[in-house]
Amino acid sequence: MSGAQPDLVAANATVQALRERFPDGFLRSLVTSGQMVVYVAKQRAHDMLSWLQQDPAQRFDYLTDLTCVEYRDRERPLEVVYQLRSLARRADLRVKIPLDPDGPLEVQSVIDIWMGADWVEREAWDMFGVRFKGHPDLRRILMWEGYAEGFPLRKSFPLRGHWSRAEQTRQALQTNPEAYYSLEELAIAEAYHELPADVRDRLAKAGKVLP
Amino acid sequence: MGLSPLPEAAPTTHETISPNWITTRLDFIANWGRSNSLWPMPFGTACCAIEYMATAASRFDIARFGMERQSFSPRQADVLICAGRLPFKLAPVIRRIWDQMPQPKWCISMGACASSGGIFDNYAMVQGIDTIIPVDVYVPGCPPRPEGLLYGIMLLQKKIMGETMVDPSLRVEQLVGPDGLFRRPSAIDEISEPFGNSVHQTRSG
Repeated sequence: MSGAQPDLVAANATVQALRERFPDGFLRSLVTSGQMVVYVAKQRAHDMLSWLQQDPAQRFDYLTDLTCVEYRDRERPLEVVYQLRSLARRADLRVKIPLDPDGPLEVQSVIDIWMGADWVEREAWDMFGVRFKGHPDLRRILMWEGYAEGFPLRKSFPLRGHWSRAEQTRQALQTNPEAYYSLEELAIAEAYHELPADVRDRLAKAGKVLP
Repeated sequence: MGLSPLPEAAPTTHETISPNWITTRLDFIANWGRSNSLWPMPFGTACCAIEYMATAASRFDIARFGMERQSFSPRQADVLICAGRLPFKLAPVIRRIWDQMPQPKWCISMGACASSGGIFDNYAMVQGIDTIIPVDVYVPGCPPRPEGLLYGIMLLQKKIMGETMVDPSLRVEQLVGPDGLFRRPSAIDEISEPFGNSVHQTRSG
């Protein structure tokens, strides 16, 4: 079957190259719905993704999407999913990093490989609580800054949240809507001093301090 | 699912005059003027805003009802029309807009999501904007047809025609109280209760 599909032949070559080059990071590969999926180990994932982007034979220059999956079956790991595209070669590759849902959810950020990873990594952090080490400004993007109820797309999160509606309403009303955006986004200098200390620290580290 | 009474902060000790011929005539003139020159502040967040735009455009034309002037500043607006779903992230925003509007002011909750949360009974969505701000008219529909919104506007005009200056509580600001809420917690829980084919929701202690 795979011999009849030129896409998969190319993907097979990529997988073969990955396996030879990173024997310690390559876990397994499978084909699902005509899509090659590669499982890689957390420790080597950044090197492998970097190689996939830079190697002249691979050139996966476009990060289509980055997201997470948590399965209903508790024994299955939580996965960080990278959907890669090589615009020049017209090839796709899906890379997955399995993580223990009960362990520390932390992977290396790929923002230094693909700039576009900025917001999608923030979204994965916001919804799943996966920390991306090396991300310059890792904060919530869909929920508001200071949202303390948890990570909504985790399977342990109830659909309506942990708290009562009254408590959720109270927390929401106590938010200063102007105080939770970075200065670059809104240029509201007066709200900077209302930011929580940790947010101010993070903005300072990212070089987004008040002049 | 009963609506809670107004918060206890609303003072009730105002001296009231009894209605007489002069007050009713003055009421009529003031209410006639107010109800026929409502300046709407559109707060459109979703598909209801499309229907609102259709209502404002030439075919349905809310200018016929005195809403010629759309006010995009809350400080020059009379009626806040919340058209669309309201996530908790926007709750402080609509509350601030409501607080910035000068009296007299009214609010129309347009559509199922603004009125009750609609199909979005989840962690991110306010279950009815009446847990955040007081609402005068609810327009059902998903989204309501422009005729529905126009009917809601006409109901609001009818309501305004019934207002009287001898009731000073009409103009009392209903602010967020010291507990950080505009209604009692139990009332918010009750308004936001899951319904239909639904499961348990945590209640406030």
